[in-house]
Amino acid sequence: MMSDITKQSLSELVENIKSKKLSSSEVTKAFVERSEKSKELNTYITEDYANALNKAKKFDEKPNLDLKLPGIPMAVKDLFCTKDLRTTAGSKILNNFVPTYESTVTQNIWNEGAILMGKLNCDEFAMGSSNETSFFGNVQNPIDKNLVPGGSSGGSSSAVAAQLTPITIGTDTGGSIRQPASFTGTVGLKPTYGSCSRYGIVAFASSLDQAGPMAQNVKDCALLQEVISTYDEKDSTSIDFKRNEYSKELTKDIKGKKIGIPKEYRVDGMPKEIEDLWKKGIEYAKDCGAEIIDISLPHTNYALPTYYIVAPAEASSNLARYDGVKYGFRAEGENLIDMYEKTRSEGFGAEVQRRIMIGTYVLSSGYYDAYYLKAQKVRKLIKNDFDDAYKKVDAILTPSTPSSAFKIGEKTNDPVSMYLNDIFTVPVNLAGLPGISIPAGHDAKGYPLGLQIIGKAFDEQNILNIAYAMEEKINFKNNIIDWWIK
Amino acid sequence: MSKNKSEYLINRHDNQYEVVIGLEVHAQVTSQSKLFSTSATKFGAEPNTQVSLVDAAFPGMLPVINEFCVKQAIKTGIGLKAKINKRSVFDRKNYFYADLPQGYQISQFKDPIVGEGKVILDMPDGQKEVGIERLHLEQDAGKSIHDLDPKNTFVDLNRSGVALMEIVSKPDLRSPDEVNAYIKKLRSIMRYLGTCDGNMQEGSLRADVNVSVRKKGSKEFGTRCEIKNVNSIKFMQMAIEYEANRQVDLIEDGQTIDQETRLFDTKKNETRSMRSKEDAHDYRYFPDPDLLPLEVSDDFIENLKSEIPELPDEKKKRFIEKFKLSPYEANILVSDIETSNYFENVIKKSDVKLATNWIIGELFAALNEKNLEITESPISAGNLSKLINLIKDGTISGKIAKTVFEQMMEGDKDPQKIVEEKGLKQESDPKALEALIDKVIDDNRDKATEYKSGKVKLFGFFVGQVMKVSGGKANPQLVNEILKKKL
Repeated sequence: MMSDITKQSLSELVENIKSKKLSSSEVTKAFVERSEKSKELNTYITEDYANALNKAKKFDEKPNLDLKLPGIPMAVKDLFCTKDLRTTAGSKILNNFVPTYESTVTQNIWNEGAILMGKLNCDEFAMGSSNETSFFGNVQNPIDKNLVPGGSSGGSSSAVAAQLTPITIGTDTGGSIRQPASFTGTVGLKPTYGSCSRYGIVAFASSLDQAGPMAQNVKDCALLQEVISTYDEKDSTSIDFKRNEYSKELTKDIKGKKIGIPKEYRVDGMPKEIEDLWKKGIEYAKDCGAEIIDISLPHTNYALPTYYIVAPAEASSNLARYDGVKYGFRAEGENLIDMYEKTRSEGFGAEVQRRIMIGTYVLSSGYYDAYYLKAQKVRKLIKNDFDDAYKKVDAILTPSTPSSAFKIGEKTNDPVSMYLNDIFTVPVNLAGLPGISIPAGHDAKGYPLGLQIIGKAFDEQNILNIAYAMEEKINFKNNIIDWWIK
Repeated sequence: MSKNKSEYLINRHDNQYEVVIGLEVHAQVTSQSKLFSTSATKFGAEPNTQVSLVDAAFPGMLPVINEFCVKQAIKTGIGLKAKINKRSVFDRKNYFYADLPQGYQISQFKDPIVGEGKVILDMPDGQKEVGIERLHLEQDAGKSIHDLDPKNTFVDLNRSGVALMEIVSKPDLRSPDEVNAYIKKLRSIMRYLGTCDGNMQEGSLRADVNVSVRKKGSKEFGTRCEIKNVNSIKFMQMAIEYEANRQVDLIEDGQTIDQETRLFDTKKNETRSMRSKEDAHDYRYFPDPDLLPLEVSDDFIENLKSEIPELPDEKKKRFIEKFKLSPYEANILVSDIETSNYFENVIKKSDVKLATNWIIGELFAALNEKNLEITESPISAGNLSKLINLIKDGTISGKIAKTVFEQMMEGDKDPQKIVEEKGLKQESDPKALEALIDKVIDDNRDKATEYKSGKVKLFGFFVGQVMKVSGGKANPQLVNEILKKKL
């Protein structure tokens, strides 16, 4: 019976708790037990099972069944600050850091009755596409042994796919929700920039970072988005717009919706499998009654280089606060400068150091105009491309990634090849738009492949609807055989 | 014009050098809470008791602009007759230091909130206009304390994130005296506006001083040195004097001046090199992605304009026109908002001319002696007004008034009561005075004779005698008149 519980979707669990067929304690216990049996996946950085079980018990004593996530256990990416529970951002430099405060997004989740089970592994400071930069080790993709779960929200995608948590949240700066969702056969939504508060989320690149839901299906994703998206005065970039009740307003009726196919996303050397998946996606969309329109996003080629200037620039400044003075890891030094150098050399991993150096370089006087300022101009052009396209279409359909999940270690020595993973997702962050990845098929190896639907700003409801309609047609089934459970 | 008289020049051999000075004044915004957080800004609190998670740069913490500080900056801009920029941008100035928790200071680099303006100085030889380049908002850093422990440095973050206005002047100042006048005028304007208390002891007002020299008549600027963080007008003047002479000596010696940042050592009265241009920090400025550009509407600015009080220049003009004060008197009375308020309270019910003299003369001297501010004056404006009226209506003489004034300084006593209790009322009864005068003439027959034979200088002697006999209470004007008749 217990194993059946973890197979249920979030929506089913909510329904079963509300109708008192299941208690929060039963549900929490089931996910805790499965998580404990799944240590080999290395999805958790910090477990908080005992507290979770206590909270579930307390919930059951006085259940508030009007909440949207009544007594639902949930593990979250370790980039969200959680009060009194260690928050590491996957880094040695925050190895011992316990926040005294809660991020707005997680607070919204607890306010709706959910219960924290623990903190999920991720790339260090969310910098990575495979979860291999985490100080706390690689995460296994439940799809196959020694396969990366994607990144940076690799612990989150793995945990959802392996059903260690019914649902979770990640963060997406250049694809960190959508790419791991694609690699694990799950659904991941990156909301419009300004939709979810960044307050209490360890910052990577402030103008790009956005939290979002990761789920087993579109409906669950819509429900969690409804919970986490709120206007927040504590984040100056939070936007006060009318938010839908995404799960209630969810519909499969997308007849007449115009969906754009950008020709520039047919990149050189794209595997045939991806090309075929995309074609299949177009057919599914047509089957749902959508109209397919060819469009052009002419500056797509410049998105990746632009991203790898803007994101490291902001990161180099955002990460300056980790200096060993106030909190976190400190190495002893002869003097202040020596302490800084040792702390940051020992506390940050290689990829983070690489990006800090790139960012410092592009902001340096004499280089600022050629790199950072130019990148900002190109960013504007990329946004204009989307604005022009949205005069003709309601949404855009692309593959989520240029390949399926790769083996652990396969790309670690080739950062550029690693960065290319984000080629389809990065433009969406640069333009501040919402994008959702849904599983749409398998490659020859049987690994999942995802399709991305990109929406207009604040039009999450529309892309959720398109995803919801296509999900039914695609009828994707994840093929996970619990190989890690002995 | 006697312009050359006060011109500040440095002479070496046959050469005359002019000193060119520009100031970057850091003025702490008067506000309850910090620029981007809700922590208190009170001076003198226990270390690290006014620090929020934002000020200490905890992970995931974000800045939120304090609208009140924005209003204060715009008001100051209006006071400086400056252009208010409806769109300004906060940038990050990146550098590492232990008392800079974020690893960057949020400041405004390319697009400040206030653009060009001006300040008028009243110098002994006339008015001088000093251009304002810009005013921008920025965060203060914390404080490193190096002398509590031989090995460790302690950090107090109470100041971290406090709002500062950096007011940058054009290189229009030419002497230490002008710097003195400029800082005082700037402080006066901000105190009128209530945007900065100008308290230099508490660090609410400090300045970086840019100094260069050039041969008199030259149009080109020399290489400048920046003297960092000088926190009193006196030190600024000393630093400029030292630095200008140092630069002149180098030039006279055939050497060049390195553009560099220098420190002023107040104990040795000298400036010392801190870092050269080559070692200058690369601050890697870029727009802070946590904050949107700051946009203010015309209405917002207009509303603030309507809250601007009468400022020193306008007040001075009014005092001169309405009360017929001399520019010198008006300057003194408007230099400080509290002084001008005091003055206006006194003259509500008493003579302007007398009030001006008594405030600028007796009151300032007495306060100075006791080291008191006008707000701490033992004599209220109301009681000074009463004293002046007693003089004006002839109840007491000016001389007696000084005695009464001295008693009033010991505590805010009603001058009317002092006069009554001590019997200091002036004798203005002609009959009584005649009797007194007759007696004095009688007692000094020989001198009266000398006077009559042409020794007119003796008139003063008789006045003095009458005053002495009357215990100073005789009405001097009447004594004069009667004496003339009698002698």
